[in-house]
Amino acid sequence: MVDAKNIQYKQITRILIANRGEIACRIIRSAQKMGIQCIAIYSDADQEALHVKLADEAWRAGASPAKDSYLDTEKIIDIAKRSHSDAIHPGYGFLSENSEFAALCKINNIRFIGPSEYSIKSMGSKSKAKAIMSQASVPLVPGYHGSDQTEEKLVEEAGNTGFPLLIKASSGGGGKGMRIVENINQFVSALSSCKREALNAFNNDDVLLEKYLVQPRHIEIQIFIDHYGNAVHLFERDCSVQRRHQKVIEEAPAPGIPDEIRNKMGLAAIEAARAIDYHGAGTVEFLYDHSGSFYFMEMNTRLQVEHPVTEMITGIDLVEWQIMVASGLPLPCLQDDLTISGHAFEARIYAENPANDFLPVSGKINYLSFPVTSQHVRIDSGITSGDSIGVFYDPMIAKLIVHDENRHAALSRLRGALTQIHVGGITTNIEFLHQLASNESFINACVDTHFIQNHEEELFSHDTNLTDEILVAAGLISILTDSINDNDTSQDLFSPWNDISGWRLNEDNYHTIKLSHNNVDYPIVAHFRAIGFLFEIDGKEYQAKGEINGNKIHIEIEGHQSVINFYQHNDEVELFRNASSWKFKTNKDPLILLNNQEPKNLTAPMPGTIVDVLVNTGEQVTEGQALIVMEAMKMEHTITAHKNTIVLEVLYDIGDLVEEGQELITFEGEE
Amino acid sequence: MPVIRTNLNVRSEAFLKNSENMQSLVDDVRDKMQRIAQGGGKEKQEKHLSRGKLLPRERIRVLLDVGSPFLELSQFAAYGMYNNEVPSAGIITGIGRVSGQECVIVVNDATVKGGTYYPETVKKHLRAQEIALQNHLPCIYLVDSGGANLPQQAEVFPDKEHFGRIFYNQATLSSMGITQIAVVMGSCTAGGAYVPAMADESIIVREQGTIFLGGPPLVKAATGEVVSAEELGGADVHCKTSGVTDYYAVDDNHALSLARNITGHINKQKQVKWKIKKPIDPLYPANELYGVIPTDAKKQFDIREVIARIIDGSEFDEFKSLYGTTLVCGFARIMGYPVGIIANNGILFSESALKGTHFIQLCCQRNIPLVFLQNITGFMIGKKYENTGIAKNGAKMVTAVACAKVPKFTIIIGGSFGAGNYGMCGRAFNPRFLWMWPNARISVMGGEQAANVLAQVKKDNMARKGQSWTAEEERNFKAPVETLYEEQGHPYYASARLWDDGIIDPADSRQVLASALSVSLNAPDEKTDFGIFRM
Repeated sequence: MVDAKNIQYKQITRILIANRGEIACRIIRSAQKMGIQCIAIYSDADQEALHVKLADEAWRAGASPAKDSYLDTEKIIDIAKRSHSDAIHPGYGFLSENSEFAALCKINNIRFIGPSEYSIKSMGSKSKAKAIMSQASVPLVPGYHGSDQTEEKLVEEAGNTGFPLLIKASSGGGGKGMRIVENINQFVSALSSCKREALNAFNNDDVLLEKYLVQPRHIEIQIFIDHYGNAVHLFERDCSVQRRHQKVIEEAPAPGIPDEIRNKMGLAAIEAARAIDYHGAGTVEFLYDHSGSFYFMEMNTRLQVEHPVTEMITGIDLVEWQIMVASGLPLPCLQDDLTISGHAFEARIYAENPANDFLPVSGKINYLSFPVTSQHVRIDSGITSGDSIGVFYDPMIAKLIVHDENRHAALSRLRGALTQIHVGGITTNIEFLHQLASNESFINACVDTHFIQNHEEELFSHDTNLTDEILVAAGLISILTDSINDNDTSQDLFSPWNDISGWRLNEDNYHTIKLSHNNVDYPIVAHFRAIGFLFEIDGKEYQAKGEINGNKIHIEIEGHQSVINFYQHNDEVELFRNASSWKFKTNKDPLILLNNQEPKNLTAPMPGTIVDVLVNTGEQVTEGQALIVMEAMKMEHTITAHKNTIVLEVLYDIGDLVEEGQELITFEGEE
Repeated sequence: MPVIRTNLNVRSEAFLKNSENMQSLVDDVRDKMQRIAQGGGKEKQEKHLSRGKLLPRERIRVLLDVGSPFLELSQFAAYGMYNNEVPSAGIITGIGRVSGQECVIVVNDATVKGGTYYPETVKKHLRAQEIALQNHLPCIYLVDSGGANLPQQAEVFPDKEHFGRIFYNQATLSSMGITQIAVVMGSCTAGGAYVPAMADESIIVREQGTIFLGGPPLVKAATGEVVSAEELGGADVHCKTSGVTDYYAVDDNHALSLARNITGHINKQKQVKWKIKKPIDPLYPANELYGVIPTDAKKQFDIREVIARIIDGSEFDEFKSLYGTTLVCGFARIMGYPVGIIANNGILFSESALKGTHFIQLCCQRNIPLVFLQNITGFMIGKKYENTGIAKNGAKMVTAVACAKVPKFTIIIGGSFGAGNYGMCGRAFNPRFLWMWPNARISVMGGEQAANVLAQVKKDNMARKGQSWTAEEERNFKAPVETLYEEQGHPYYASARLWDDGIIDPADSRQVLASALSVSLNAPDEKTDFGIFRM
């Protein structure tokens, strides 16, 4: 422990949070708890965002693209000064691993809540990091991290490393610029494509080679070091389950790791950090193979997305610790004081389509409902109902974190809580996460980094599991909510005309509901009955009634009662049950645009940025020819000609932002 | 509030017999209605559908708010007439909610004689407009009609209450701020062209709706010009060139959705000046009404048993319960709305008439709507009654009923005979609505009485000539009179001729009355000024 008189405490009173979304909200929560004022920054797109509302102050940082706001270092420093902030917390992503920014903070006498410029830089380049680790005797995956990037040298080193091997961009991350090569014959072509991608993405085509481990697990160690030489590890997290090289579900502790290896990994992680003169919170990622060997992968010099699982099993607030360390306080406890309590999971809820290769989706969240939080269930989110998942930032909606005595109990809570997260208006991975959490192999902790690929059959159900029961429920909601919308607003409060009995004189009556789901029509006839309705679906009949209470409908179908959550927005109704959701169009009022019945010109399929225009005015194009390239959600989409025609006008230039449905190109003869 | 305690024994033989009888009458109404609802029949309907048009009842369903009740009017119009070939007189009328607003809806049924106007069609159309006038309800006309039925022209064209009156009404209703909306979903030829032309806003369906004063055959005959219906007066012509219509619809569904939008912009709010309370169900089920009414119309029953099954909580504040007991008057609520109920419980005497007059005055002063439950054979006759002025006392009640400007609603639940019909707010006395139960009968007097009167006159004549009449001859003389009265006094006969607004299931009385009460709130209150009461 540190002698009290040696402590160089310099209190932090105002923190600028150079981030957005859930992590900004999460930092604000801890900082405010410590009595610290929080200053948020926001881009134009985030004017109404939750982090802005939660902060004590919020300053506009600039336009919506991150480079004009959350990545604009000058502007952020300027705001920090004007707002008299004495520290900046960078969160994760954005500027969190930007060594120049850390340096800029220092120059301006603002504390950067994170490691030093030197530490960040040391870990910023993968090959450099590995060289340092190698010197510090941290185990490394066999491979080549040298600066000689000639093809001959790389081919030779590939031979030395052995196959299968991995080619990675030295400054890469997030799966970009990465290739798995099975044998020497594939090597040269994989190398050149990898270099090309790296050059485009990172402006640097240096690569490194690594032995490819066959059933590896991704296990990372959370470490903490103060300014007095105290270092602890807060145990490990297992982040093996990944899609597109990004984590999906994380847990702590890693199942099946002997204490001895855990300690060894912890010590290795601390060694790694010490080797770069680290302080604050950091994560050392290892590849772990079944034999119990582990190899250093990289070190993240920031707080991780998945840090809450560590918090749940240690009871420590990592953001609080970060602030304490940055204030010059020693770590509040040492390794011997730390124990693992129970088991925790984190599931990341994303706006993405698992059935479509997890492609991110953008759009408005019309309805959002989370489970009640408790000591067992935690939700970290920066999104509220009505927010848009835009084209500018990552599509995360929330993190669900659960904790219980053991892995099985925690997993059961995870499944339960997933059924209580309802996101309306946008496709999410909730159902997929639930499938994953219900998967037998996952339950038995048989995980590795190829888990999703290897269990594709079980995890991706292509069945919409659209039952008649759901159709009846959707029909009931449609009838009940429509009639509420049309109510008279006068003082004639109990008018029989408010009734939705569909009453007729001397006749029975029915109502036809035009529901469609995934562009398939499901005509339903609801016959009005003295109590409830008789539903007719595809020749089958169901006696049913329902009562709406907020966003829940209590339904009784053929004597079976249940509660289904739903939300309704214009002519859209979405039902939620058991982590599944079904979105219906009710096609109530036909929206008919007489003058433009069918769009004849090309429109943007999604909101995004124009990154390339491949045609000119007057150019003859053929059907299927690429015309415009858009970027949305960090993915490129090529827009092609719908037929053979002549381009009349290209309405946007490279760099322009377009909204979904905006006309991009007009063609001759069609106005 | 005092509650009506029932004396009905629902296990008694009489009750069960009555129930069974009423059930069969109600079933008969529903059976007939089912056939009426088929319009011009399967074949005509299929042809209609094949043109991409919706059937008239489906049009109503699409037009109305989801689940809205529809208080249909005069379902039995033209029933039993024209070989039963003109069901519902080829037109469906009623009241329903559109975009939160109660509207009168008038829908031609093109599957019935091309939607052409028979005398009863005109009468039904005019009655719907009258209801719109009295209750200030916007009108939506779904037009699909060939205009006047030519063979019937003498009965539909020239007179005051004939075809022209439809357009007179459209103009005058509009002048009062009562919105007139026309949706042209088929032909609107000649006179019919004025329905959309005189509407406040009109919609036309492309390739379905046409509007012209003279159709292509007439044009060719008159001028030799050859022109298609679409060129002469289709949606494109009228929306783009002539301006006769305002909104262009691609199909029926679209047109009806446009009509809903238009109705949503009427911007009227009911002004509720009554004290409304939360509705409470009656203490006794409505279907027990079936067992209340004796199968023998001459048998007396306690009208309070009927009232108890219509009003909220069966709570009835009876007025002058010990005086003039053959007329039951009292305050109650129907689905929360305050009402003054006037109901027959036997023949009308001077005292009953005076009590009724007093009660009507009370209700008019307090702005309480009146509900008449009619089951009346008439005013008491005989020397004693004439000499004590039954005529002038009856006249007081008739005056009061005639002048009362509060909304009045009448249900004929039994007999409606003679001057009793007047005192109890018969058709001539402008009730907002008048319905009949299926067991009811209406005529100047009962068939048996009429036969007796005629037989007595004849017998007297014969006696003067010294002739005599055997009992059998008398029976043979009376029988056809009784049969005629039975036929013409029947609800089907009455409803066919629009003497009422419809035949209702007794169990629906509460629903029907409450719907009508709510509807009447759309019109502003009117002050009552009574005429001279002969003292």
